[in-house]
Amino acid sequence: MTRIDPNDDGAVVIVGSGAGGGTLAHELTRRGIKIVLLEAGQRQSLASFSQVPGEAFGQLTWLDPRTQSGTWGVAKDFPGLPVWTCKTVGGTTVHWTAATPRIRPWEMRARTTYGPVAGTSLIDWPIPYEELKSYYQLAERRLGVTRRNGNPGMPASNNFKVMYAAARKVGYKRVHTNHMAINTLPRDGRGFCIQQGFCVQGCKTGAKWSTLYTEIPRAEATGNLDLRIQCMATRIEHNADGRVNAVIYRDSNGMEQRQKARIVCVAGNSIETARLLLLSESARFPHGLANSAGQVGRNYCHHISGFVWGTFEQPVKFWRGAVLAGIVEDETVNEPKRGFVGGYHLELISLDLPTLPLVGLPYGWGRDFAAIMEDYRNMAGMFICGEDLGRADNRITLDPKVKDAYGSPVAHVHVDEHDNDKALRKHAQDQAAKMYESIGAKRVIRSLTPPATHNMCTARMSANPRDGVTNAWGQTHDINNLFVSDGSAFSSPGSANPTLTIVALALRQGEYISRQMAAKNI
Amino acid sequence: MLTGLLAAGSPLALLAPSRAWALDLTSLTSQEGTTLLAAARTIAPHDKLEDAAYALVVHSIDGLAAKDAGLRQQYREGLAQLGANFATASEEARVQALKAVESSPFFQTLRTNTLQLLYATPMAYAYFGYEGEAFSKGGYLYRGFNDLRWLPEVPQGDSGPVLGST
Repeated sequence: MTRIDPNDDGAVVIVGSGAGGGTLAHELTRRGIKIVLLEAGQRQSLASFSQVPGEAFGQLTWLDPRTQSGTWGVAKDFPGLPVWTCKTVGGTTVHWTAATPRIRPWEMRARTTYGPVAGTSLIDWPIPYEELKSYYQLAERRLGVTRRNGNPGMPASNNFKVMYAAARKVGYKRVHTNHMAINTLPRDGRGFCIQQGFCVQGCKTGAKWSTLYTEIPRAEATGNLDLRIQCMATRIEHNADGRVNAVIYRDSNGMEQRQKARIVCVAGNSIETARLLLLSESARFPHGLANSAGQVGRNYCHHISGFVWGTFEQPVKFWRGAVLAGIVEDETVNEPKRGFVGGYHLELISLDLPTLPLVGLPYGWGRDFAAIMEDYRNMAGMFICGEDLGRADNRITLDPKVKDAYGSPVAHVHVDEHDNDKALRKHAQDQAAKMYESIGAKRVIRSLTPPATHNMCTARMSANPRDGVTNAWGQTHDINNLFVSDGSAFSSPGSANPTLTIVALALRQGEYISRQMAAKNI
Repeated sequence: MLTGLLAAGSPLALLAPSRAWALDLTSLTSQEGTTLLAAARTIAPHDKLEDAAYALVVHSIDGLAAKDAGLRQQYREGLAQLGANFATASEEARVQALKAVESSPFFQTLRTNTLQLLYATPMAYAYFGYEGEAFSKGGYLYRGFNDLRWLPEVPQGDSGPVLGST
């Protein structure tokens, strides 16, 4: 195991080992760069993943306290859990469901495509789609994405058969088993999908891509990676020139440690990335690092999401099979005549029996609630994944009252829904309902808005430094050796599940950082 | 102590040494346990799901309350408020009694605990047909992930082959 000296000021420190941080660690270590990778969580393995849903949730989920406010339903319905992300080596790539659509070119030009929309802070991405596309192709090869590069599609599950028949019945044309970072054949030293339906609890065959058992062990094999688990970054320090030079963290014994750094890359998922930058305030940067424009934590996006279930006269057994292997792409268009800008995907989904009543249904109890549960066998499901519009005041701040175990203020999440968000959600729910009804559903059930699994844009890339936190490389406008390496850097969320885009950006950033280091620019 | 009988023909009755079950309570009284069982059944009323499943909910809450004095106090006061006759009242009366406290922190705890615990019991898995962990059985790839026959098959172009099939 490689050990990098805490006083080695040549090290690059990456905070977070998920899709962004784990991929970047591999990209840099394979180019000979020494990396300290700080991960707040523990390290699980294919063998240690619990397949008891409640236990798995506890094993993988980030459960440190957070607070929230605003008009979005999550603040009322899930006050203690605004987002559902992971605290474990591999980050949310351990519990993700592996859907890998791309952001569309017109979505990357959000401000241009949608025009001025009152009450939003839309900007265009500072990267042309054509440039991102080449990194999408690299990422898709790396992840073994289905229906790309000659990889076969996933086979149709029972749940997908229902989705497909319903989609065809209402006239949808672009319907398939989704682009998935799941092996359908043995590949890349990993197993193939045996359709367990336990994607979220950790994939025990390793068929589903996760940095935990791909990028991270490969980075370790280079001899250049010092992975420190159960190490929670609490502060980034800077020198007199205003360049970052160290990361303070708590180790697995709760002891404070300091690692010197040549470069710091933050990839703690949008909530914690923003929080860490804000926590790193100093006399020189009184509002936190990279925050001279006051943009850190702002423009938080989370996708318009929710479940729609249909119950039928005959069994579906939707819990069998890869959870998200199905998609309708027909509504992924910008058609303002629908009553909103931006588009959405309808994706296949199922929830295990213990989880369904906790996050998947409308609030309820008693006879009507029980009647829905009685139809569990005969239930089919879809997940709405739609674009929400960035708003300056939808933001992550430091809670002035609530502190974590180390005495640091916790993240406070504030989200007020825009009318566009509500109109998009209603359209998506109505279309999903129409689909299931068209093939004879007994009943259609619309869920509450669940805790957000897609978290983006809190340190966004912007052409103009006043509009965001980083440039087109995820390099902060204010400090050239401080980078953002996760979905926080998205300029807008689009309607694609974010992981593929996070990986594509990390591959691109890895090239950039190594070039800049070689040129001694950073 | 809570006691009951597993229904004849229950899948569990085949496994259990005896159809009679008894549950020792450590932090709740028998009266409280009885009220709690009735409350759990009112929140999630599955008529053909046997009492033993709801008794496991009571057992788990009793265990949680044994480790958490605040929780024990919340249950003690909340269950007392439902009244001594709650368990024997009609379903309509029980629903009314719970509606009267629906906005209280006690009810929120009670509802969440009931849902969390009930649907995670082996009885609930069996009752709802949920098969749970599948890795040890080789997943569903060759055990019915695509056995639905009441709708048309999906064309290969929009899906993909099952590994090993022709």
